[in-house]
Amino acid sequence: MKHIKTLSGNTLNKDLKKVGCGECQTSCQSACKTSCTVANQKCER
Amino acid sequence: MIHQFRIFDTNMVLDVNSGAVHILDDIAGRVLSCFDETGTPVEERIEHLRREIGAEPVNEALSELEELKAEGLLFSSDPYEEMFTPETTPAVVKALCLHIAHDCNLRCKYCFAGEGDYHGEKALMPVEIARKAIDFVIENSGNRRNIEIDFFGGEPLLNLKTIKETVAYAKEREKDANKRFRFTVTTNGLLLDDETMEYLNETMDNIVLSLDGRREINDSMRVRRDGTGCYDAIVPKFRKMASIRKDKDYYIRGTYTRSNLDFSEDVLHMADLGFDQLSLEPVVLPDGSGLEIGREHLESLFAEYERLAQKLAELRKQGRKINFFHFMLDLEGGPCVAKRLRGCGSGTEYLAVTPKGDLYPCHQFAGFEEFRLGSVFTGIEKREIVDTFRGINVYTKKSCRNCWAKFYCSGGCAANAWSFKKDLHDVYDIGCELEKKRIECALWLKAQEMSD
Repeated sequence: MKHIKTLSGNTLNKDLKKVGCGECQTSCQSACKTSCTVANQKCER
Repeated sequence: MIHQFRIFDTNMVLDVNSGAVHILDDIAGRVLSCFDETGTPVEERIEHLRREIGAEPVNEALSELEELKAEGLLFSSDPYEEMFTPETTPAVVKALCLHIAHDCNLRCKYCFAGEGDYHGEKALMPVEIARKAIDFVIENSGNRRNIEIDFFGGEPLLNLKTIKETVAYAKEREKDANKRFRFTVTTNGLLLDDETMEYLNETMDNIVLSLDGRREINDSMRVRRDGTGCYDAIVPKFRKMASIRKDKDYYIRGTYTRSNLDFSEDVLHMADLGFDQLSLEPVVLPDGSGLEIGREHLESLFAEYERLAQKLAELRKQGRKINFFHFMLDLEGGPCVAKRLRGCGSGTEYLAVTPKGDLYPCHQFAGFEEFRLGSVFTGIEKREIVDTFRGINVYTKKSCRNCWAKFYCSGGCAANAWSFKKDLHDVYDIGCELEKKRIECALWLKAQEMSD
């Protein structure tokens, strides 16, 4: 594309039947404790 | 839904439901501004633009935008709400915040825990309670294998004995229970000595070390009982701890208040000290406390986050990679949408345990009797409170369902919503505004990395 660069494609809407295993880190157990930031956690799969 | 924004000289657009992120040149940015919220180009506006900058570039950009739409990467639909209802939220507990010490050797001026005692009696968690908490999480975690235990306070190192015995007990039970325990500790550092550092390094998956940044800032907030600051006592220890950690996780974590709205200087000071995993969070305090962030501070804080993003990008170009917690975004390997719409798991998969063994939805609810869920001895007695927390997601919060940032903050902090609105289905507005700015900065930093 000439006018648009894609940084990342579809990352959320895929394999929806396989998501939600719950093995990932709970966000507040990292460096947060007073605010909620979830998107910076990693998927463990 | 999309979020189009411009930061420094970069036009960006986030497609909320797919998570796709695009960088647009000025022409594409202007053409996209001609779309209505359903994703349809408004012909009148497009025609106006054709007359202004020429038909060819406008038509080119229009066709590229339509192509992204067709690929589901722009104005994509939301298939999640029906799929991930509150009823589908699993009823398992897989993370505990153990309040190892309701006591502290500091008197930080912004402490939400009432200087460590959570507005109650000072207490250290006995080993028996901690062991019972391990039993509780094993019994209540269903088929979850990864279990997280956070040693928290007050100051948890005031009760190192219980930490050590808890780790040993959890490790002992790990194999038979088919679990993997991961430990974290949050400490102010005063009690760190060589032996303790070695022990923590070996056993902890993450070590959070509290420091607010520059000496004068830290020492105006993080003070001992006699009012003296702790900077000089802790920084050498933190440097040693960080050097021992090597590739293992640690965070230098601080809090900023209205008295250091130029907080990027504090983050950069941490970096100057040689630390590279950093977190500095806005204080959360009610109006009138004297240190709280108010709406009147937002504009300067937005500028400050931008300044920080710019500085971190410069440092990166010089070969210094600093990880700032609130700018961390893994666009490809981040959490799945099920996690993103449910949030931090407080009150459901994440609970706090007080020194007496009482269970609360998270560390910030500890001591609020109306949120006491039960204890490690009785298990959950007030299932209705857990059900209330299970019912919270980005679709059940009216401020979140139409917000572009909902899959990044996941509805924000329930404790903050309760503190400010007395409604778990509401939000802490100032926190939302800051979070949105941080996401924009984080996406911009990703764009910089891509262009390098």
